[in-house]
Amino acid sequence: MSKEEIIEKVNEFLVEEFEVDADAITPDADLKNTLDLDSLDYVDLVVEIESNFGFKVKPEDFTGIITFQNFYDYIINKVESK
Amino acid sequence: MNNRVVITGIGIYSTLGVNLEEVRNSLYTGKSGIGIDPEREVIGFRSPLTGVIPKPNLKEYLKRRDRVGLPDQGEYAYLSTLEALKEAGIDEDMLLKEDVGIIFGNDSSAKSVIEASDTIRLKKDTTLTGSGSIFQSMNSTVTMNLSTIFKLRGINFTVSAACASGSHSIGLGYLLVKQGLQNKVICGGAQEVNYQSMGSFDGLSTFSMRTDAPEKASRPFDKDRDGLVPSGGAATVIIESLESAQKRGATIFGEILGYGFSSNGEHISRPNIEGPAKSLEMVLNQAQLTPKDIHYINAHATSTPIGDLNEAKAIQRIFGNSRPYLSSTKSMTGHEMWMAGSSEIVYSLLMMKNGFIAPNINLNTPDDEIKDINFAYETVETEFDTFLSNSFGFGGTNSSIIIRKF
Repeated sequence: MSKEEIIEKVNEFLVEEFEVDADAITPDADLKNTLDLDSLDYVDLVVEIESNFGFKVKPEDFTGIITFQNFYDYIINKVESK
Repeated sequence: MNNRVVITGIGIYSTLGVNLEEVRNSLYTGKSGIGIDPEREVIGFRSPLTGVIPKPNLKEYLKRRDRVGLPDQGEYAYLSTLEALKEAGIDEDMLLKEDVGIIFGNDSSAKSVIEASDTIRLKKDTTLTGSGSIFQSMNSTVTMNLSTIFKLRGINFTVSAACASGSHSIGLGYLLVKQGLQNKVICGGAQEVNYQSMGSFDGLSTFSMRTDAPEKASRPFDKDRDGLVPSGGAATVIIESLESAQKRGATIFGEILGYGFSSNGEHISRPNIEGPAKSLEMVLNQAQLTPKDIHYINAHATSTPIGDLNEAKAIQRIFGNSRPYLSSTKSMTGHEMWMAGSSEIVYSLLMMKNGFIAPNINLNTPDDEIKDINFAYETVETEFDTFLSNSFGFGGTNSSIIIRKF
C-alpha cells in the first residue's frame, strides 16, 4: 500500500467515524480540535486503526500526535514496519 | 408535604407505532406488532416469534458522542422521551433551569455485553470493544445516557425489577414528587428487542410456538394460549406536581392516585395469587378508592397459562362484582418486559383520552374459572375516567398504579 493510499484510507475512516467534513482535514490541521476528540474518542481511534489496518495500538501512543500529518506518519510507519 | 401528582407528558416507541398517533390507531384497531425473526430459527431458538420494531436512525438528532453509548433500548428511550418532553412543553431552557429527574426501568443490556465479550475473545484486546461499550452495557444505560443528553440535574437512577421495572419507575417518581423532593421526573421503561437478550428466556419454554400465525400468538386469558411473545421498545411518562403543571399551564394527561406493591415471597418464576392481590389492595387503599371506582384494568397478563389465570383470580378476589373492563394490551404488543409497566400506562392514557378501551385481541374463550370477568373482547367505545395498571415480574415483584382523568 502506497503512502497516498494509506492517507486516503485514513481520511475515509476519520470522516466516516468522526463525522467531519472532508475539507476540514488538511495535513497541518490540529487532529484533536478538527475531529473534536475527547479522551474517550481515542479508544475509537484505536478500534478504527485495527479495523482498517489490522494492527493494534494503544491510546497512549497518540500523545505526541498533534496534526493530521503526524497521524499519517505514525500510521505509515506502523504499516511499513509490519 | 403531600403534593398531588399528575402526568404532563407521554411518549412511545413500540411495536404498535413509533409515536403516540400511530400507537393510538393501532390500539383502536387491535393491530398486532408480532412477527418472526428468521435469525432465531437458524441459531437454535425454540420460538422465533418476537415483537417487530424499526431500528431508529438518530444521526439527525444527536451528535456522535451522544449516540455511541446508546444500546438499542437507549435509542428507543431517547425517541420516546423526546416525544414526551414535547408533549409536556418542556424545552432545553427549562431542563437547564430546573432540577428535573429521571428514573427508568431497565433490567438488561445483553446485546452490548455479549458483543463486547465476543470482541475480547476474538481480538484479545479490551480496547477494541470501543468507547461506547461500557455505557451501553450497564443496566443503568438508559438513565446515564438520557441524563447526559438532556442535561438533567435531579434524581438519576434505574429501576431493575424484572417485568415490573417500568411500573415501579413511575411509582417511585410519583412518591418523590408527592413528597416534594422533585417537581418533575422523567419516568419510563425500555426493553431491548434482540435475540441476545431473549435466548435464555426462550430456553425456559416460556414463549409461544404458534409460528403459523404470529399475530395470533399472544392471546392472554384465552384457553388456547401457549406462552408469551418477547417484545420491547420504550415508553416515557413525565410526572409533575399539580402545582407546577398548573402554574405553567401544562396539559394534564391524568393524575396518579396511588402506587401499590408487594413481593410474593415464593417461587422465582411461578406467580401466585396472594402477592398480586396484596398489591391491588394496597393501591386501592393508597388511592382511597373502592373497586367500583375503577373502570378499566390494564392487566399484566402475558399469555402464559399460570400467570394469566392467577392474575385474573387475584382481580376477581379484589374486584368481585364491580366488574371493570379488563384487557391485556400484550395481546397486541407481546410482552414488553422492562418497558411494559410504563408503556401500558401510556396505552391506557391514550385510551382514556380518546374514549375507548383497546381489545384483548385473540381472546376467544377464557378459562372457565374466569369467564365472568368483563373482558374487552373487541374495542369498546366508552368514556372512562379511572384505570389501574398491573405489572408483575420474576422474583415475585408486583406493582399496581391507579390513574384518574384530571
